[in-house]
Amino acid sequence: MLDILHDYGPLLLIGQYPQGPLGGLALTIILALVSLIASFPIAICIGLARTSSIAPLRNAALAYTYVVRAIPLLLLIFWTYFVIPLVTGYNISGTVTMVVALVVYEGAYLGEVVRAGINAVPKGQVEAARAMGMSYSQCMRKVVLPQALFNMLPSILNQFIMITKNTSLAYLIGTQEVTFAAYQINNQLLTQPFQVYALLAGFYFVLCFSLSRLANWLERSIERKRAGVASHRTNSEAEQPVLLGQAK
Amino acid sequence: MIEFKDVNKWYGDYRALHDINEHVSAGEVVVVCGPSGSGKSTLIRTVNRLEEIQAGNIRISGEEVHGSRKHLNTLRSRVGFVFQQFNLFPHMSVLDNVMIGPMTVLGRSKADAANKGRELLAKVGLAHKADAMPLQLSGGQQQRVAIARALAMEPPVMLFDEPTSALDPEMVGEVLQVMKDLAAEGMTMICVTHEMGFAREVADRIWFMDAGQVLERAVPEVFFTTPQHPRAAKFIADIRGH
Repeated sequence: MLDILHDYGPLLLIGQYPQGPLGGLALTIILALVSLIASFPIAICIGLARTSSIAPLRNAALAYTYVVRAIPLLLLIFWTYFVIPLVTGYNISGTVTMVVALVVYEGAYLGEVVRAGINAVPKGQVEAARAMGMSYSQCMRKVVLPQALFNMLPSILNQFIMITKNTSLAYLIGTQEVTFAAYQINNQLLTQPFQVYALLAGFYFVLCFSLSRLANWLERSIERKRAGVASHRTNSEAEQPVLLGQAK
Repeated sequence: MIEFKDVNKWYGDYRALHDINEHVSAGEVVVVCGPSGSGKSTLIRTVNRLEEIQAGNIRISGEEVHGSRKHLNTLRSRVGFVFQQFNLFPHMSVLDNVMIGPMTVLGRSKADAANKGRELLAKVGLAHKADAMPLQLSGGQQQRVAIARALAMEPPVMLFDEPTSALDPEMVGEVLQVMKDLAAEGMTMICVTHEMGFAREVADRIWFMDAGQVLERAVPEVFFTTPQHPRAAKFIADIRGH
């Protein structure tokens, strides 16, 4: 296994770069990151629509969420792959296909996260903002979303882990990310599928495990921050500077 | 200044407000009291349309509150509201809480809003807490910030919805003092409160509510000594009993 890593490590990590296009684990991370960032605005819109008082908007967002969640990601990828060239007349690369499919897919899942985050902000916050004359959008932008997004950080990171694993499906449409690289290596070696795919699993594990540790840490530090803040309520003034220092 | 005309509100079959016809003049301090569930909070929340009504209308300086929603935000910006649970924005510093309204709703510059904010925090005795986060403050301090936040909009009217009910007893006084100061400055106020000492000392008139109706309206001396309505008399006897 070590000799596979020795011979093919660069292919797994960065693909054929710099001779060819960037690939391997680097492309996997880029795919996941771009998809997360691109799906974020959509997720916010879906989350706002799902909590909206306007019924058609709410229903449209609900339909989108339910449809996407009931369809396998693989199908979305194939669809994007075949339909976009048909509709736009342009051939798009596997990477772009993958990002589009993941954005559509994550829009629904991350949208649910946003909806939950918005619903978790106490109603009094909205009332206080509206009572001073803020419009709906001002109230959302200044008061609700900043609190909701902060509380959602661990969930967002968990979604990122899901996206990272889902990018492996890109190998089916010829995107040269890390799974594709492993597939190529296996084809060249022929006799060591167990080792090659164990190595691949190791790559995913290291990446996703680190991310989930990060999510855990974030979650705990948010909880700690809240708990710390809550305990301030009854603390005497003299203690505050000390606790403030800890918060930083 | 504030007029209630035939105001009715139902929750399903339950009639929460029953033919309310009242008025509050400019500079007047009205204290609304009555047993729990009598509709006091519902009534005060209809004044800036946090609650809808099903019949009648409410006017503030002649402008209808429960008409078209078009000017509702402007109207709300002229009515300060103080909540039982403070509802400060926990992700912003105390000063930012006081600045956010003038900046987003009134379009004031940051410098103006900050000056005004510090001035108001000084007024409620919390100038030294400008940079603290709301949840680091005691309940009484939070409520004083909430009053400063409402005042930052320079509203001609202030509404208080049980502002001291969520406070530990030793913090009630500091909040009532701020409210007394405001009343002394001539602010038009409607206060829903159980603080009868405050009512006696500060109110120009007291409304007594029960079962969604205003049963009695009187100046404090009359209300506390010779209440007309039997339920008001019983209410006063009950609080005396404590």
